[in-house]
Amino acid sequence: MVAHAIFFYVFSIIAVISAIMVTVSKNTVHSVFFLILDFISISCLFIMIGAEFLGMIMLIVYVGAVAVLFLFVVMMLNVAQQKNQWFNSEASSSSHIPVGLIISTIIFFELIIVVGGWKYKPELSNPNTNQISNEISNTHSLGQVLYTDYIHIFQISGMILLIAMIGAIVLTFRRREGLKTQSYLKQISRERSEGIEVLEVQSNKGVKIDD
Amino acid sequence: MTEIGLGHYLTLGAVIFSIGVIGIFLNRKNIIVILMSIELILLAVNINLVSFSIYLGDLTGQVFTLFILTVAAAEAAIGLAIIVVYYRNAGTIRVEEIDKLKG
Repeated sequence: MVAHAIFFYVFSIIAVISAIMVTVSKNTVHSVFFLILDFISISCLFIMIGAEFLGMIMLIVYVGAVAVLFLFVVMMLNVAQQKNQWFNSEASSSSHIPVGLIISTIIFFELIIVVGGWKYKPELSNPNTNQISNEISNTHSLGQVLYTDYIHIFQISGMILLIAMIGAIVLTFRRREGLKTQSYLKQISRERSEGIEVLEVQSNKGVKIDD
Repeated sequence: MTEIGLGHYLTLGAVIFSIGVIGIFLNRKNIIVILMSIELILLAVNINLVSFSIYLGDLTGQVFTLFILTVAAAEAAIGLAIIVVYYRNAGTIRVEEIDKLKG
Protein backbone atom coordinates (compact mmCIF):
# COMPACT_ATOMS: atom_id res chain seq x y z
CA MET A 1 0.00 0.00 0.00
CA VAL A 2 2.79 2.39 0.88
CA ALA A 3 4.56 1.48 -2.34
CA HIS A 4 1.34 2.16 -4.25
CA ALA A 5 1.09 5.58 -2.61
CA ILE A 6 4.72 6.44 -3.32
CA PHE A 7 4.45 5.45 -6.97
CA PHE A 8 1.13 7.27 -7.34
CA TYR A 9 2.51 10.50 -5.95
CA VAL A 10 5.74 10.33 -7.95
CA PHE A 11 4.00 9.68 -11.27
CA SER A 12 1.16 12.12 -10.69
CA ILE A 13 3.51 14.92 -9.64
CA ILE A 14 5.58 14.31 -12.76
CA ALA A 15 2.39 14.29 -14.83
CA VAL A 16 1.07 17.55 -13.39
CA ILE A 17 4.39 19.36 -13.67
CA SER A 18 4.87 18.27 -17.26
CA ALA A 19 1.28 19.25 -18.08
CA ILE A 20 2.02 22.74 -16.74
CA MET A 21 5.23 22.83 -18.75
CA VAL A 22 3.31 21.91 -21.93
CA THR A 23 1.30 25.10 -21.63
CA VAL A 24 3.96 27.54 -20.42
CA SER A 25 7.03 26.32 -22.26
CA LYS A 26 8.56 28.88 -24.60
CA ASN A 27 9.68 26.44 -27.23
CA THR A 28 7.06 24.36 -29.01
CA VAL A 29 9.46 21.42 -29.31
CA HIS A 30 9.87 21.44 -25.54
CA SER A 31 6.08 21.41 -25.23
CA VAL A 32 5.93 18.28 -27.34
CA PHE A 33 8.59 16.59 -25.23
CA PHE A 34 6.74 17.46 -22.02
CA LEU A 35 3.57 16.08 -23.59
CA ILE A 36 5.43 12.81 -24.20
CA LEU A 37 6.61 12.77 -20.56
CA ASP A 38 3.03 13.36 -19.45
CA PHE A 39 1.71 10.46 -21.50
CA ILE A 40 4.44 8.15 -20.25
CA SER A 41 3.78 8.90 -16.59
CA ILE A 42 0.02 8.54 -17.01
CA SER A 43 0.47 5.22 -18.76
CA CYS A 44 2.68 4.11 -15.85
CA LEU A 45 -0.24 4.98 -13.56
CA PHE A 46 -2.60 2.94 -15.75
CA ILE A 47 -0.29 -0.06 -15.63
CA MET A 48 0.01 0.34 -11.87
CA ILE A 49 -3.71 0.26 -11.13
CA GLY A 50 -4.30 -2.75 -13.34
CA ALA A 51 -5.22 -1.48 -16.79
CA GLU A 52 -2.08 -2.83 -18.44
CA PHE A 53 -3.47 -3.06 -21.95
CA LEU A 54 -4.55 0.57 -21.98
CA GLY A 55 -1.23 1.69 -20.57
CA MET A 56 0.67 -0.09 -23.29
CA ILE A 57 -1.72 1.12 -26.00
CA MET A 58 -1.30 4.66 -24.73
CA LEU A 59 2.45 4.31 -25.04
CA ILE A 60 2.14 3.02 -28.59
CA VAL A 61 -0.56 5.38 -29.84
CA TYR A 62 0.34 8.60 -28.09
CA VAL A 63 4.09 8.43 -27.66
CA GLY A 64 4.73 6.42 -30.79
CA ALA A 65 2.32 8.07 -33.19
CA VAL A 66 0.62 11.26 -32.05
CA ALA A 67 3.62 12.89 -30.39
CA VAL A 68 5.85 12.06 -33.35
CA LEU A 69 3.18 13.58 -35.60
CA PHE A 70 3.29 16.76 -33.52
CA LEU A 71 7.07 16.79 -33.73
CA PHE A 72 7.00 16.43 -37.49
CA VAL A 73 4.53 19.28 -37.89
CA VAL A 74 6.50 21.56 -35.57
CA MET A 75 9.63 20.71 -37.50
CA MET A 76 8.04 21.38 -40.90
CA LEU A 77 6.33 24.63 -40.00
CA ASN A 78 9.37 26.36 -38.52
CA VAL A 79 7.53 27.73 -35.52
CA ALA A 80 9.66 26.25 -32.77
CA GLN A 81 11.53 29.40 -31.89
CA GLN A 82 8.64 31.83 -31.87
CA LYS A 83 8.67 34.18 -28.96
CA ASN A 84 6.34 33.48 -26.14
CA GLN A 85 4.20 36.51 -25.67
CA TRP A 86 1.44 35.73 -23.31
CA PHE A 87 0.89 38.25 -20.55
CA ASN A 88 2.00 40.94 -22.94
CA SER A 89 0.61 44.43 -22.62
CA GLU A 90 -1.18 44.65 -25.93
CA ALA A 91 -4.80 45.27 -25.13
CA SER A 92 -6.10 43.28 -28.05
CA SER A 93 -4.61 39.98 -27.06
CA SER A 94 -4.42 40.06 -23.28
CA SER A 95 -8.02 40.97 -22.53
CA HIS A 96 -9.29 37.40 -22.36
CA ILE A 97 -6.48 35.99 -20.24
CA PRO A 98 -8.05 36.87 -16.87
CA VAL A 99 -11.37 35.51 -18.12
CA GLY A 100 -9.66 32.26 -19.05
CA LEU A 101 -7.94 32.00 -15.69
CA ILE A 102 -11.21 32.61 -13.84
CA ILE A 103 -13.09 30.05 -15.93
CA SER A 104 -10.38 27.44 -15.48
CA THR A 105 -10.26 27.98 -11.73
CA ILE A 106 -14.03 27.68 -11.49
CA ILE A 107 -13.94 24.42 -13.49
CA PHE A 108 -11.20 23.07 -11.22
CA PHE A 109 -13.06 23.84 -8.02
CA GLU A 110 -16.29 22.42 -9.39
CA LEU A 111 -14.51 19.19 -10.23
CA ILE A 112 -12.89 19.09 -6.79
CA ILE A 113 -16.28 19.65 -5.12
CA VAL A 114 -17.74 16.81 -7.13
CA VAL A 115 -14.85 14.50 -6.21
CA GLY A 116 -15.03 15.44 -2.53
CA GLY A 117 -18.74 14.99 -2.11
CA TRP A 118 -19.13 12.03 -4.40
CA LYS A 119 -20.49 8.71 -3.18
CA TYR A 120 -21.96 5.99 -5.32
CA LYS A 121 -24.95 3.95 -4.44
CA PRO A 122 -24.05 0.53 -3.08
CA GLU A 123 -26.02 -1.26 -5.76
CA LEU A 124 -24.06 0.56 -8.43
CA SER A 125 -20.80 -0.83 -7.17
CA ASN A 126 -21.73 -4.33 -8.26
CA PRO A 127 -22.78 -4.06 -11.87
CA ASN A 128 -23.92 -7.24 -13.46
CA THR A 129 -22.23 -6.66 -16.76
CA ASN A 130 -18.56 -6.78 -17.69
CA GLN A 131 -17.16 -7.64 -14.31
CA ILE A 132 -13.40 -7.48 -14.08
CA SER A 133 -12.32 -10.98 -13.29
CA ASN A 134 -9.11 -11.88 -11.52
CA GLU A 135 -8.54 -15.15 -13.32
CA ILE A 136 -7.83 -13.88 -16.82
CA SER A 137 -5.56 -11.03 -17.78
CA ASN A 138 -6.68 -7.52 -18.54
CA THR A 139 -5.99 -7.87 -22.25
CA HIS A 140 -7.91 -11.14 -22.40
CA SER A 141 -10.98 -9.74 -20.69
CA LEU A 142 -10.93 -6.57 -22.82
CA GLY A 143 -10.73 -8.67 -25.96
CA GLN A 144 -13.63 -10.79 -24.81
CA VAL A 145 -16.00 -7.83 -24.57
CA LEU A 146 -14.50 -5.68 -27.31
CA TYR A 147 -15.18 -8.09 -30.13
CA THR A 148 -18.58 -9.26 -28.90
CA ASP A 149 -20.58 -6.63 -27.06
CA TYR A 150 -18.91 -3.60 -28.58
CA ILE A 151 -18.25 -4.86 -32.09
CA HIS A 152 -20.34 -2.18 -33.79
CA ILE A 153 -18.67 0.66 -31.92
CA PHE A 154 -15.33 -0.95 -32.66
CA GLN A 155 -16.06 -1.00 -36.38
CA ILE A 156 -17.34 2.57 -36.28
CA SER A 157 -14.08 3.67 -34.66
CA GLY A 158 -12.24 1.90 -37.47
CA MET A 159 -14.32 3.88 -39.95
CA ILE A 160 -13.45 7.08 -38.08
CA LEU A 161 -9.76 6.30 -38.40
CA LEU A 162 -10.17 5.58 -42.12
CA ILE A 163 -12.03 8.85 -42.67
CA ALA A 164 -9.39 10.73 -40.70
CA MET A 165 -6.66 9.21 -42.83
CA ILE A 166 -8.43 10.07 -46.08
CA GLY A 167 -9.18 13.56 -44.82
CA ALA A 168 -5.59 14.24 -43.83
CA ILE A 169 -4.33 13.04 -47.19
CA VAL A 170 -6.90 15.08 -49.12
CA LEU A 171 -6.20 18.21 -47.08
CA THR A 172 -2.44 18.18 -47.44
CA PHE A 173 -2.18 16.78 -50.96
CA ARG A 174 -0.74 19.26 -53.39
CA ARG A 175 -0.49 18.72 -57.13
CA ARG A 176 2.57 20.50 -58.44
CA GLU A 177 3.09 21.78 -61.96
CA GLY A 178 5.58 20.07 -64.21
CA LEU A 179 5.64 16.86 -62.27
CA LYS A 180 5.94 13.74 -64.44
CA THR A 181 3.55 11.10 -63.22
CA GLN A 182 2.11 7.92 -64.59
CA SER A 183 -1.25 8.07 -66.30
CA TYR A 184 -2.98 4.91 -65.22
CA LEU A 185 -5.89 5.37 -67.58
CA LYS A 186 -3.56 5.68 -70.54
CA GLN A 187 -1.61 2.65 -69.43
CA ILE A 188 -4.49 0.29 -68.98
CA SER A 189 -6.39 1.47 -72.07
CA ARG A 190 -3.60 0.59 -74.48
CA GLU A 191 -4.47 -2.00 -77.04
CA ARG A 192 -2.40 -4.45 -78.96
CA SER A 193 -2.96 -2.69 -82.28
CA GLU A 194 -1.38 0.57 -81.17
CA GLY A 195 1.26 -1.00 -79.01
CA ILE A 196 3.08 -3.24 -81.45
CA GLU A 197 3.45 -3.42 -85.17
CA VAL A 198 4.25 -6.56 -87.12
CA LEU A 199 6.64 -5.93 -89.97
CA GLU A 200 7.80 -8.06 -92.80
CA VAL A 201 11.58 -8.04 -92.70
CA GLN A 202 13.04 -8.22 -96.14
CA SER A 203 16.49 -9.55 -96.75
CA ASN A 204 19.32 -7.07 -97.26
CA LYS A 205 17.11 -4.18 -96.28
CA GLY A 206 16.41 -4.56 -92.65
CA VAL A 207 13.78 -2.69 -90.78
CA LYS A 208 13.67 1.04 -90.48
CA ILE A 209 12.31 2.08 -87.16
CA ASP A 210 10.52 5.29 -87.83
CA ASP A 211 10.15 8.08 -85.35
CA MET B 1 -2.41 9.68 2.72
CA THR B 2 -0.96 6.26 2.11
CA GLU B 3 -4.30 4.77 1.09
CA ILE B 4 -4.74 5.64 -2.57
CA GLY B 5 -8.40 5.59 -3.49
CA LEU B 6 -10.62 6.65 -6.32
CA GLY B 7 -10.60 10.26 -5.12
CA HIS B 8 -6.87 10.60 -5.70
CA TYR B 9 -7.16 9.57 -9.32
CA LEU B 10 -10.19 11.79 -9.86
CA THR B 11 -8.30 14.72 -8.37
CA LEU B 12 -5.38 14.06 -10.70
CA GLY B 13 -7.81 14.00 -13.62
CA ALA B 14 -9.36 17.28 -12.48
CA VAL B 15 -5.96 18.95 -12.18
CA ILE B 16 -4.85 17.87 -15.64
CA PHE B 17 -8.23 18.85 -17.14
CA SER B 18 -7.96 22.34 -15.65
CA ILE B 19 -4.39 22.71 -16.89
CA GLY B 20 -5.62 21.82 -20.36
CA VAL B 21 -8.37 24.45 -20.20
CA ILE B 22 -5.89 27.04 -18.94
CA GLY B 23 -3.57 26.11 -21.80
CA ILE B 24 -6.29 26.77 -24.35
CA PHE B 25 -7.09 30.18 -22.89
CA LEU B 26 -3.61 31.43 -22.09
CA ASN B 27 -1.97 30.39 -25.30
CA ARG B 28 -0.34 33.22 -27.20
CA LYS B 29 2.07 31.25 -29.32
CA ASN B 30 0.75 29.00 -31.99
CA ILE B 31 -2.20 26.79 -32.49
CA ILE B 32 -0.24 23.55 -32.12
CA VAL B 33 -0.07 24.12 -28.36
CA ILE B 34 -3.87 24.43 -28.33
CA LEU B 35 -4.07 20.99 -29.96
CA MET B 36 -1.72 19.67 -27.29
CA SER B 37 -3.97 21.14 -24.59
CA ILE B 38 -6.90 19.30 -26.13
CA GLU B 39 -4.85 16.11 -25.91
CA LEU B 40 -4.29 16.87 -22.21
CA ILE B 41 -8.03 17.26 -21.67
CA LEU B 42 -8.72 13.93 -23.39
CA LEU B 43 -6.01 12.37 -21.22
CA ALA B 44 -7.76 13.64 -18.09
CA VAL B 45 -11.02 12.09 -19.30
CA ASN B 46 -9.19 8.82 -19.86
CA ILE B 47 -7.82 8.91 -16.31
CA ASN B 48 -11.35 9.35 -14.96
CA LEU B 49 -12.76 6.50 -17.03
CA VAL B 50 -9.97 4.07 -16.18
CA SER B 51 -10.01 4.80 -12.46
CA PHE B 52 -13.79 4.43 -12.27
CA SER B 53 -13.50 1.20 -14.23
CA ILE B 54 -10.90 -0.23 -11.86
CA TYR B 55 -12.51 0.88 -8.61
CA LEU B 56 -16.05 -0.12 -9.59
CA GLY B 57 -14.92 -3.41 -11.08
CA ASP B 58 -16.59 -2.75 -14.41
CA LEU B 59 -14.73 -3.19 -17.67
CA THR B 60 -16.87 -0.82 -19.74
CA GLY B 61 -14.82 2.22 -18.83
CA GLN B 62 -11.67 0.72 -20.26
CA VAL B 63 -13.46 -0.18 -23.50
CA PHE B 64 -14.60 3.39 -23.90
CA THR B 65 -11.12 4.67 -23.09
CA LEU B 66 -9.95 2.65 -26.08
CA PHE B 67 -12.50 4.41 -28.30
CA ILE B 68 -11.54 7.82 -26.93
CA LEU B 69 -7.95 6.94 -27.82
CA THR B 70 -8.85 6.29 -31.46
CA VAL B 71 -10.94 9.44 -31.70
CA ALA B 72 -8.12 11.48 -30.17
CA ALA B 73 -5.66 10.10 -32.69
CA ALA B 74 -8.01 10.92 -35.57
CA GLU B 75 -8.59 14.41 -34.19
CA ALA B 76 -4.86 15.08 -33.88
CA ALA B 77 -4.23 13.92 -37.43
CA ILE B 78 -7.01 16.06 -38.93
CA GLY B 79 -6.12 19.09 -36.80
CA LEU B 80 -2.47 18.94 -37.78
CA ALA B 81 -3.42 18.55 -41.44
CA ILE B 82 -5.59 21.67 -41.20
CA ILE B 83 -2.72 23.53 -39.53
CA VAL B 84 -0.31 22.51 -42.30
CA VAL B 85 -2.74 23.70 -44.99
CA TYR B 86 -3.35 26.97 -43.16
CA TYR B 87 0.37 27.59 -42.75
CA ARG B 88 0.88 26.94 -46.45
CA ASN B 89 -1.82 29.47 -47.35
CA ALA B 90 -1.37 32.18 -44.73
CA GLY B 91 2.26 31.81 -43.71
CA THR B 92 1.56 31.96 -40.01
CA ILE B 93 -0.20 29.99 -37.32
CA ARG B 94 0.13 32.52 -34.53
CA VAL B 95 -3.12 32.61 -32.64
CA GLU B 96 -3.76 36.35 -32.82
CA GLU B 97 -2.98 36.52 -36.52
CA ILE B 98 -5.49 33.87 -37.50
CA ASP B 99 -8.42 36.10 -38.41
CA LYS B 100 -9.44 34.97 -41.85
CA LEU B 101 -12.98 34.21 -40.74
CA LYS B 102 -13.34 37.69 -39.18
CA GLY B 103 -15.10 36.20 -36.19
